[in-house]
Amino acid sequence: MVELKVNKKTYRLDVDPETPLLWVLREELGLNGTKYSCGIGECGACVVHVDGAATRSCVTAVSEVKGKEITTIEGLAGLIGEALSEAWIDGDVPQCGYCQSGQIMTAAELLASNPRPSDSDIDAAMSGVLCRCGTYNEIRRAVHRAAGRSRP
Amino acid sequence: MRGRLFDEERRQFLQVSFIAGVGLVVGCSFHKAEASLDAPASPVEKASKPLAPNAWIRISGSGEVTVVVNHSELGQGIFTALAMIAAEELEADWSKVRTEMASMDPVYANPAFGVQATGGSTSVRTCWVALKKAGAATRELLVAAAASTWGVSVRECRAESGKVVHGPSGRSLLYGQLVEKAASMPVPHDVPLKKHRDFKVIGKKMRRLDTELKTQGRAVFGMDVRLKGLLTAVVVHPPVFGARLKSLDHSKAMSMPGVRHVVPISTGVAVVADRFWQAKKAVETLRIEWDQGNKANLGSENIRARWVELAKQRGDRVRDQGDVDIALKKAAKVVEAVYELPFQAHGCPEPMNCTAFVRGDGCDVWVPTQNQGGSHEIAAAITGLDLDRVRVHTTFSGGGFGRRGDVDFVAEAVEVSKAVKVPVKVVWTREEDIRNDHFRPASYHVLRAGLDATGKPVALHYLFVGPSWMDGMIETLAPAIMPRWFPRFLKNAAAHGAVPIAKYFKSAEAASEGASTMAYAMEHIRVEYIKDDPGVPTGAWRSVAHSGHAFVVESFVDEIAMASGNDPFQLRMDLLRNAPKRRKVLKIAAEKSGWEKKPPDGIHRGIAVHDFHDTPAAMVTEVSVDKAGQVRVHRVVCAVDCGTVINPKNVEAQISGAIAFGLTATLKGSITIGKGRAEQSNFDDFPLLRMDEMPKVEVHIVESEAAPTGIGEVGVPPIAPAVANAVFAATGKRIRKLPITSRDLAKG
Repeated sequence: MVELKVNKKTYRLDVDPETPLLWVLREELGLNGTKYSCGIGECGACVVHVDGAATRSCVTAVSEVKGKEITTIEGLAGLIGEALSEAWIDGDVPQCGYCQSGQIMTAAELLASNPRPSDSDIDAAMSGVLCRCGTYNEIRRAVHRAAGRSRP
Repeated sequence: MRGRLFDEERRQFLQVSFIAGVGLVVGCSFHKAEASLDAPASPVEKASKPLAPNAWIRISGSGEVTVVVNHSELGQGIFTALAMIAAEELEADWSKVRTEMASMDPVYANPAFGVQATGGSTSVRTCWVALKKAGAATRELLVAAAASTWGVSVRECRAESGKVVHGPSGRSLLYGQLVEKAASMPVPHDVPLKKHRDFKVIGKKMRRLDTELKTQGRAVFGMDVRLKGLLTAVVVHPPVFGARLKSLDHSKAMSMPGVRHVVPISTGVAVVADRFWQAKKAVETLRIEWDQGNKANLGSENIRARWVELAKQRGDRVRDQGDVDIALKKAAKVVEAVYELPFQAHGCPEPMNCTAFVRGDGCDVWVPTQNQGGSHEIAAAITGLDLDRVRVHTTFSGGGFGRRGDVDFVAEAVEVSKAVKVPVKVVWTREEDIRNDHFRPASYHVLRAGLDATGKPVALHYLFVGPSWMDGMIETLAPAIMPRWFPRFLKNAAAHGAVPIAKYFKSAEAASEGASTMAYAMEHIRVEYIKDDPGVPTGAWRSVAHSGHAFVVESFVDEIAMASGNDPFQLRMDLLRNAPKRRKVLKIAAEKSGWEKKPPDGIHRGIAVHDFHDTPAAMVTEVSVDKAGQVRVHRVVCAVDCGTVINPKNVEAQISGAIAFGLTATLKGSITIGKGRAEQSNFDDFPLLRMDEMPKVEVHIVESEAAPTGIGEVGVPPIAPAVANAVFAATGKRIRKLPITSRDLAKG
């Protein structure tokens, strides 16, 4: 049995402790917003927050996150979450949309630690999240817009 | 995909009905092409059937407008663009417009292909007239219904923003209030379409209809399909192209938790488990012996060596004007060069996957696909069911780029579900996805240009060698690849979907597009193609053959400019004297980028122009190259003419995205072949462009009232040569092979 805290709910799950968190979220909890794309932590489509830190769930065994606070795109809330969501929608950022949860979760971690990131701060934080559709400029603009809105 | 397939001669069959609980349903058959392509049902037969399954527009009692879209949303924004076209004529309230993916039905066939499919940047151009007419006819019905309700003349009524207004009295009725009556009004004929200047939706920066879903992680992709009792299958494919299963020991796998079945299928072995991870772990324990076939020694080097030899021979003359041989002999100067392009993977963010549920009396397929028609056919062929027993449900696609026009992964899901008799989702790992891609073909190009005494190019010989992407596409659908134990009639059924395609696209023509369609005015031009398929699976890759040919043509034109002492922009303008649309975008790109002015220190410019299926785009890049040979693209200025612009925001997004896609192939990686297999398998060895490598992009759209063309692909072809030409300006080194590597450019 593995006890997991996801989006403020606690679950007790009978899963192989080696299973990557990604697949537990998707298949056991039905939280499909977090995506599988590379499986080796190379692309960032699977980023969730573990105790607030952007974490690649495809290479994180579920046993490693026992008792920690996990947040997925479905549970992203608060000022930063709302600001990002609004900025993403206003800017029509997604194209195919597959990587966007990972982009938003990564941006949320950035804004939590750096409420006014510069272009190069954004590039440094976000360049590990791949977007095959090439929405990078729209993402950068949306992060700036969200930064303007997310401060209390 | 060619002009002649887009003729405007269409008959329209409009039928209208009211369905309780649904509302007003407008169904039409538009495409004359369908009948001439011998599609399973002619438009006439279709129009006499009940309308609900082939509706294009529905309006509910609450006024919600649903535009049924027959093209897959891959990220290119088609759900929004097609809805905008219908909404414009319908005078809909945009906040009440939604999109629904069409079910699989012959009425939704793409007239460019003869089957329901998305590709070739054809969606808007093939639906433009049809959806406007459907929208306009629906609007007229609603106006007639309101006029009849009020007992006034229709001339006194107008439709606006989701309601009908009676001018003299100011009374109005919402569309939702009119739906039942509208269904009983006579179907209007020859409804006038709106003038360009009256557009309220088309040409405006409308918000995409799928943005909210995708921002909140709620969009359902193929990977997200959930069904009761669904099992997940991970497939292991042969390591070598064309290899076959020889023996399989799955005893260990079967003892692992969650594993239900191990199923040999025609393309490999599927491990079926309750969960993905269980299946993936079990795959690693399989002991498989493969019959390697005859490709085990295939490698990029021996493919290249073979092409170097083949290029000395003659090929199919796909374009031949004047007398190139004599002109080259007479030329005052001859410029020669060899260009090479590698195989490229699609790298769709969502790996290939498909869910199928095969029962005795039917089959359902849920799939992120660009080819509903092909998916339908192959599922019917494998199950032996009649086509009308097979349903294809299209999900959102995490990228497509041509890869999802193939149906190999659909066949696998159907085969596995048929074997295990429960719903199964086949999920390819990233490694399987890249290794088993149907790659953009590699190619080898030999060019010679003859210049006259004034330096003007008068002759061009363009010869290239390589596989045709079109063959790969036909092959996937043709019965040749079906398992041998299939009865003949089933093979024929499977071939049915491929025939219309095969009939219309000659493989050599398809492989040459982008070179044969070049518009530079020279008296003597010959484009020759030597088809050689080394056995590496190939297919359509965003902008198909154009991505390679544009790099070669546009780099070589730059070489000619240098050899003749001309400015690369000016030479292009001179040579494009018969191609006004291309000239126009070229001129705009040059002006907006400041081509005439000196670039900032350390920055160098390159230029290129290319036309993809009647959409020309020109790009000017600003590039720097550091001492280590690292290329950095700082800014791209693009001018594009796609006719009437549906959604300028989306045009910008598509150009910007295509630039990123093209830059990945220009600067990052490629697929090399060794020991009969792709040597790359994930984003660590097949890297994609990252955010910190993304240039600033400025898009200038030509204002036009011409019919819209396409926008999804045209941004790819010009970016590689525009960068390579800038690299030449920076370093004096001519790039004749992609991707550009820092090793080629490092100083010292």
